[in-house]
Amino acid sequence: MNNRLKVLRAERSWSQQELATRLEVSRQSVNAIETGKYDPSLPLAFRIADVFGLTIEEIFQRD
Amino acid sequence: MSAHWSPAIRRYLRRLAVLMSLYMVFIFLAGYLFRHHPPSGIAAYALAVLPALPIIGVIWTIMRLLVEETDEYLRMLHVKQSLFATGFCLTIMTVWEFLQNYDLVSQDNHGFGATFVWFVGLGIGAVAMRINGRDGSCA
Repeated sequence: MNNRLKVLRAERSWSQQELATRLEVSRQSVNAIETGKYDPSLPLAFRIADVFGLTIEEIFQRD
Repeated sequence: MSAHWSPAIRRYLRRLAVLMSLYMVFIFLAGYLFRHHPPSGIAAYALAVLPALPIIGVIWTIMRLLVEETDEYLRMLHVKQSLFATGFCLTIMTVWEFLQNYDLVSQDNHGFGATFVWFVGLGIGAVAMRINGRDGSCA
């Protein structure tokens, strides 16, 4: 699964730690999701979408 | 683990420190008493089992970490690390038992049982995940 997390974060000038704090997860989690090493659960994907004010489909795409 | 430990990891480390301190006290106490004032009957059994209790506590605290970790990615890493340790332990103990069956190695484990091997596996699992760039693909 591909995602636009890094681009969206950069647009807001957020560090990985800042995004992690907003999502209440570790910085390692954000890094793992951004680099495609880990696909988040549906609840976390919804939290990510809420933080960016977007839908899940606007952030995550199929390979 | 990083400098920004999750609350679950901090609790795990606190419990681990207490339990390992208790283990050190109990193992030396049991050794001293069996050497100098050997108990008999049920007291001997109780004293012999005493050092096992903190070790059982460590296993409990690892299971609690899996339950209490709210970060799903970190929890997945902990689970993978535990599964790696279980596979490692079962493999080593199975090979060791067959070597013992055919008298190729000592029947005495010198105090290093399955739990010790499992903890070694836990350590190797952590190193393997670090080498694999924390992606958890250690298995």
